[in-house]
This record gives sequence, structure tokens and C-alpha cells, in this order.
Amino acid sequence: MAVSPGGFMLARLDDVARWAQSSSVWPLTMGLACCAIEMMSVTSAEYDIARLGSEVFRSSPRQADLMIVSGRVAQKMGPVVKRLYDQMADPKWVISMGACASSGGIFDNYAIIQGIDTIIPVDVYVPGCPPTPDGLLYAVNLIQQQIREGGRGGILARS
Amino acid sequence: MTMSTTPLTPEIVSQDGNAMVLSMGPQHPSTHGVLQLLLEIDSENVVKAEPEIGYLHTGIEKTAEGLFWTQAQTVIERMDYLAPSSNALCYALGVEKLLGITDQIPERAQTIRVLHMEMTRIASHLVWLGTHGIDLGAISVFFYCFDLRENILDLQEATGGARMHPNYVRVGGLNGDLPDGVLAQLDALIEKFPGRMRELRGLLQANPIFQDRTIDVGVLSPEDALGWNVTGPSLRASGIAYDVRKAFPYCGYETYEFDVPTRTEGDAYARFLVRLDEMEQAMRIVEQARRRLDRPGPVMIDDPKVAAPPKETIALSMEALIHHFKLMSEGFRVPPGDVYQAIESPRGELGFYIVSNGENRPYRVRTRPPSMYNLQALKGIAPGNLIADLVVMIGSLDPVFGEVDR
Ligand code: SF4
Repeated sequence: MAVSPGGFMLARLDDVARWAQSSSVWPLTMGLACCAIEMMSVTSAEYDIARLGSEVFRSSPRQADLMIVSGRVAQKMGPVVKRLYDQMADPKWVISMGACASSGGIFDNYAIIQGIDTIIPVDVYVPGCPPTPDGLLYAVNLIQQQIREGGRGGILARS
Repeated sequence: MTMSTTPLTPEIVSQDGNAMVLSMGPQHPSTHGVLQLLLEIDSENVVKAEPEIGYLHTGIEKTAEGLFWTQAQTVIERMDYLAPSSNALCYALGVEKLLGITDQIPERAQTIRVLHMEMTRIASHLVWLGTHGIDLGAISVFFYCFDLRENILDLQEATGGARMHPNYVRVGGLNGDLPDGVLAQLDALIEKFPGRMRELRGLLQANPIFQDRTIDVGVLSPEDALGWNVTGPSLRASGIAYDVRKAFPYCGYETYEFDVPTRTEGDAYARFLVRLDEMEQAMRIVEQARRRLDRPGPVMIDDPKVAAPPKETIALSMEALIHHFKLMSEGFRVPPGDVYQAIESPRGELGFYIVSNGENRPYRVRTRPPSMYNLQALKGIAPGNLIADLVVMIGSLDPVFGEVDR
């Protein structure tokens, strides 16, 4: 973007659209386990995810752009997560928050799905048990970067 | 309460064809996690509410059986994730009882444990209050609560190294002494607390909307509370002053001065008041513990069979090196036997029934999670209320699903 002498801003429509899109990534309200408490912390005054335009947690998957898988996914919860992902409208992004969601973490057992990427595509992984809120903010930043670079997320990105 | 192995999709119409069956959850903003409720409704009224649990079953008890006694603490801490240290403490106390070292735990360690427990209680109630507020549409409460909670987490991070799962309480004592500067941080928190509490009370306690939505909602009679095995603040709001800290003291709770707040109404508002009072009592204990911390002392038991010898001695003493190696490679063994240990977690009586068969791993760790028993009461109090009130009831019982499902 460039500001011309007359006070005009010149930009490609594509860039403006992406800039707008990346500044309003709305996450889905889906808390699973311990990591969800840290996901709540990012909305608090200390971390303030509103700076990134993502403070609007939507309870309906139809209105959400970003799924934050915050915590361990039990075998019983797996189909539910998959269904919620399918219900989200494209384009959509997924953050796998924490060791459990990314790989099963310390629970290498019969009950936990060993990595959410076995059932839905993941865009950004956040390490930690639980990750710090700063870690999650950085992950949202990375998603925004992907959007600005023309990434489309979800199924479209993989087609 | 039911628990199937796959997600449930209810039939839309009930057997007699009148009422409608709705599924609330497992992804719902006000079920505080992954609870599914199968609601039989007649227009707006709830006829029957059946909690369906198991969406967060983690297999913690089974995993613990494959880990050393100390390692098992890592997974156990992740049960009740609003109060991780309470799980760790309860388990550690149980194992200490089995080892027969309960009275050898250094006094300073016990004091810091108490300090930690009470701070955890405050932090946990703050999350509860913040989310309960959001459920009822009072969003600013959340920001006040999480601001104060951040201070407590900073303290925990400074002592244990992690914000949420510090693994600080160990069998035999603590992971390490309080680092420099923590006491000053603690003093600042003690100073800040009363003002913040006044603000929180000011936001909700006399708020007519909040009162309308909580008074006389979800009334739990003392008989029902006992019948459903409810413990913790929810029981005390029904007029029964049962508190494990008073009834079966541990970590020297008998030497602290504090009251057990109770109410007799048994409704959601009473539970709210009891929890607020409890936070103030917890701060009273924190202050008393703070005064005892000026005296230095050891924080780990002096028994090389359980606690690793200090790092400095390893290079100098052959014996220390061997002890260290043995402890790190195969842990310690616990004499055969079984024990039940309970503590007062923020949600009620948290208990561990631990069985040892003389190995270096637990044979069985059975949990008595307070949330699970408290949640059962929902089935009793929900019928006859509006769907909107159901949200208040779930919130006021304060379930944590990591603990319910384990
Ligand atoms: S990664 Fe750690 S904090 Fe997050 S859900 Fe798993 S056990 Fe809990």
C-alpha cells in the first residue's frame, strides 16, 4: 500500500480484502481441557487477543473461522470435533494447542487420540503443556500471516 | 448420569410422544467443558436432564499404574486443571502415609503446601466466578477475575516454573524452596486482594439482575445434598458445615485460624456467597502461612530412599551418587498396603484410594473426584426449571470435566 500526495491510499483490492480478513479471525468456543483455561486467559486484559481482532469467540461453528483445539481429545470426543470442523464454513483454519492435541502428549494410552491431525488438517501447532497465552497469540499471528500471504485454509488450501 | 463409548445423538421425540428431547453440548458455551445433557423438555420447561459424561476420558488412572510413584504425579496433576496442585498434594499425602513418613515432612514444606493450596483455591474460584458471570451475561466480572488470577499464576510460575501444572508438590516435600523475590510478590498480592474482593462483590452481590437469576434457582436441600454425596461449597451452601480441613486436618491445617462459611438457602446465590466468603478465608490462611515463612528450613525430607540427595554432594560422595542413580532410574518402592487420603479441594472432598503391592509403581490409583458427585445432583435439581436456569445450575455446581471423566 502506498499513500499518494492527495491523501489517497492505493492498494490492490486483493490485499485489502486479505488485510480485512486476517484482522477478524473469529475462533470457535470449544474448550476441551486444561489448555482451554489458557485459551480463556488470552481474552483477559493481560493478553488481550482483541488487539488481533480475534476476541469474538463464536459458539456456532457456522460463524467461526478458526478452530482452536485446546486440549486432549478423547476417543469419544474425536467424532464431535470432526463434525464441528465440517460444519465450519470455508475458508477455515485450525490451531492445535498443546502437546495433547498435537501428539497425545503425556497420555500415550487407549483413551486419547494421538494427535488431532489424524482427523482434521492442522495449520499451526503450539507446543507446551499448557502453552503460554503468548504462545497462542503467536499462533494466531501466524494464521494471520498465512492469510495475508494468500493462504486459504482448510480444504481449499489442500485441493 | 450415563456414559457410553461413542457420542450420543438423542431421538428427537420421547417415548410417550409428548416431550421433545434436546441434546445440550458437548460443545456448548455454558456447559463448562465437554458435558452433554440430554434434556427432555416441555416447551421451555425441563422435564428431565440426564448428564452424559465421558467426552474427556483420559485414562489417567490407568496411565498412572505404568509410571513410577513420583512420575504418576505428572498425570494426576492434570485431572482437576483449575486446581492442579490439590491433586498433586492429595496423592503425595497418600503415598507418604503408605511410606510411613507423614510426620517427617519438614514444617516449612507443609507451610508452603498450605500456602499453595489456598492460593489455588482462590485462583480456581476466580475462574469459576468469571465464567459464571459470563454465563449470566456479566462480562466485565471475567476481566476483574482473570486479572487477579494472573497475579496468582505469576507467583506459581515463580515458585514452580509453570503457570498451570507446576508439579511443585512432591512425595516427601517440595520440588524446591521459594526463590528470592517471591515473598515480596506474595506481600503485594496480599495487599491487593481485599480491594479486588470488594470490587467483585460490588459488581455482583447486590446486582438485581444477578439476584433475580440466582436466588431460589437450583435449590438443593441438605438431605438431597447428602443423598447425592455433594461436598465442598455446594454442600456448605445447603447448611452442612463439612470441610475436610476441619474434619480430618492435614498439612497442619489445625494450627491455622479460619472459619467454614455456610448458608442455609441452598440455592445458586447461596453457593455464590459461600465461594466468595471462602476466598476471603483462604486469604486469611495465606496471610498466616506468610508469617511463618520468615524462618528458613528444609523443604524436602532427609531420606535418600525417597528424596534425591542435593546436587553438590553427588560429586563428593559415592553413596549419594548411588542413591541418586537408583532414584532416577527405578524410583523408590512403597510397602504393600492401601490407603484412602482426602483433602478439601476447591470443589469439595477430593480423595485418592491408593494400592501398593510393594513395587516402584502404584498398583491402583482410584480417584474420588468431587465434581463428579456434585454433578450428579444436577439430575435432581433440574426438573421443573426453565432451560435458561439450567445454565445457572451447572455453573453454580462448578464441575471440572478433567476430573469428572479422568
Ligand atoms: S497439553 Fe497439557 S495442559 Fe494441554 S490439555 Fe494436554 S495435559 Fe492439559
